[in-house]
Amino acid sequence: MSVLVFADSSEGKFKKSAFEVVSYGKKVAEQLGSTIVAVTINVADASELYTYGAEKVISVSNDNLLTFNAKGYAAVLTQVAAQENATVVVVDSSVDGLYLAPLLAVNLNAGYASNVVALPSATSPFTVKRKAFSNKAFNNTEINTALKVIGLAKNSYGVHENAVAGSSESFDAQISESDVSVKSVSIEKASGTITIADADIVVSAGRGLKGPENWGMIEELAEVLGAATACSKPVSDLGWRPHAEHVGQTGKPVASNLYIAIGISGAIQHLAGINASKVKVVINTDAEAPFFKAADYGIVGDAFEVVPKLIEKLKAFKQS
Amino acid sequence: MKILVCISHVPDTTSKINFTDDDTKFDTNGVQFVINPYDEFSLTRAMWFKEKQGASVTVVNVGNPTTEPTLRKALAIGADDAIRVNAEAQDGFFVAKQLAEVVKNGNYDLVLAGRESIDYNGGMVPGMLAAILDYNFVNGCISLDIDGASASASREIDGGYEKVTTELPLVIAGQKGLVEEKDLRIPNMRGIMMARKKPLNVVEPAEVVANTVTASFEKPAPKGAVKLIDADNVDELISLLHTEAKVI
Repeated sequence: MSVLVFADSSEGKFKKSAFEVVSYGKKVAEQLGSTIVAVTINVADASELYTYGAEKVISVSNDNLLTFNAKGYAAVLTQVAAQENATVVVVDSSVDGLYLAPLLAVNLNAGYASNVVALPSATSPFTVKRKAFSNKAFNNTEINTALKVIGLAKNSYGVHENAVAGSSESFDAQISESDVSVKSVSIEKASGTITIADADIVVSAGRGLKGPENWGMIEELAEVLGAATACSKPVSDLGWRPHAEHVGQTGKPVASNLYIAIGISGAIQHLAGINASKVKVVINTDAEAPFFKAADYGIVGDAFEVVPKLIEKLKAFKQS
Repeated sequence: MKILVCISHVPDTTSKINFTDDDTKFDTNGVQFVINPYDEFSLTRAMWFKEKQGASVTVVNVGNPTTEPTLRKALAIGADDAIRVNAEAQDGFFVAKQLAEVVKNGNYDLVLAGRESIDYNGGMVPGMLAAILDYNFVNGCISLDIDGASASASREIDGGYEKVTTELPLVIAGQKGLVEEKDLRIPNMRGIMMARKKPLNVVEPAEVVANTVTASFEKPAPKGAVKLIDADNVDELISLLHTEAKVI
């Protein structure tokens, strides 16, 4: 009996979600009186996971899986789950986690709940709370199969240190040609910037900025805060900013600790995509903008005056 | 090429979300239902394959008779025929199993769906369907071209996109990018008239036991009112974010 967690990585480095998934899996294992086993794929040194409670780490090295491959990764986890007699498998709900988990669930004849936001509220029947209705409600879901797959929503449980003396062993996964029948040709990725998925803070701006030439101050604010930049849908539709920055219902979801919306009115489709953020700040000239109803803190004011002041004061704050 | 487009029947984005029966059922009272926005991208791409590459396009939904207007709308947009699997969708696995039966019976070689539905947001049906059928699968798909049995696609990843190649038979979970939003089709009068005459076949469901059950729904705790800060006093905002919200 074990709780298996998949610690996802990119280019040999753990993603932040890996530590959250391990922290969560450790707690679930305690609830079930079971033990935690973490799985890594093509990570040279997995000892970092011990810090978050992973007592046992299974490391898989495979040349067919040098970049993410949903079916191949699902095959690895299926094989390890069988060896470790897993009853629960935890993955993240990133684009990769959401890609591989349904394949894994079918392989394992497991019930699957995605976008789970809390520890199981009961273990019999096994019940988890997950997001539904585009963040406008939660669904308490009972999973009735012997084996369960949980997709943990980003930033919902948090990273908790719980250092253990862990051990690591390697596992020889059998990956056939049909497991990697979707082949990666190329990966286009902006380098050196923080991705929206990874960011603790997201600075987002809308049409209130009047034109793409005014994004300098948004980028500077993001830099001061160590934040990712994002934009509203009209802005990406107008081509002021790349599509990859579009957040909202049809764009990327945001679940950061802090979301700062500048010159964004807060259409319902936008709010649906960013509502999972913990703290929301709005800066807008229009005091009637719907975003003020969704935000925790708000400034009614002109972005062109407020943002430069905010940058200056934040710089001073960071130095103190 | 035989294409099957999976259509979810979902509450319009602006709907009020409420629950009945002791918070176990979604309250459909006064709710307008639409084609799931993610599915619209896939449906429009299917129309392109129909017009440019001679594909046939069938749309399918798993649901009770109230979902038929949504299927008729898909027919009005240009699908050739529709199938409704006459069952309440119980969970993602249940729906995937029903769809798998439809795919097997109709020998579809390309299945287009949306990345997730905007009501249950599970994002699991396309992947499960691919796994059940042992079809190839691309999730979060933002471009798709088919040449014979070869497919080239892109999918969204954190901070960018990945180009992949694969082969039919294939399941695609699409989203914005698969076609641009401005290119989404809206039914015209001629389409609506023609849709009335197109076949909408009702099939009885396969026997499937769902893996999960919704025990209850709940709404997020009501949010406190926004704290307004004077535009001349950004120091206060910084201090609140630091000491009260503890996010910087």
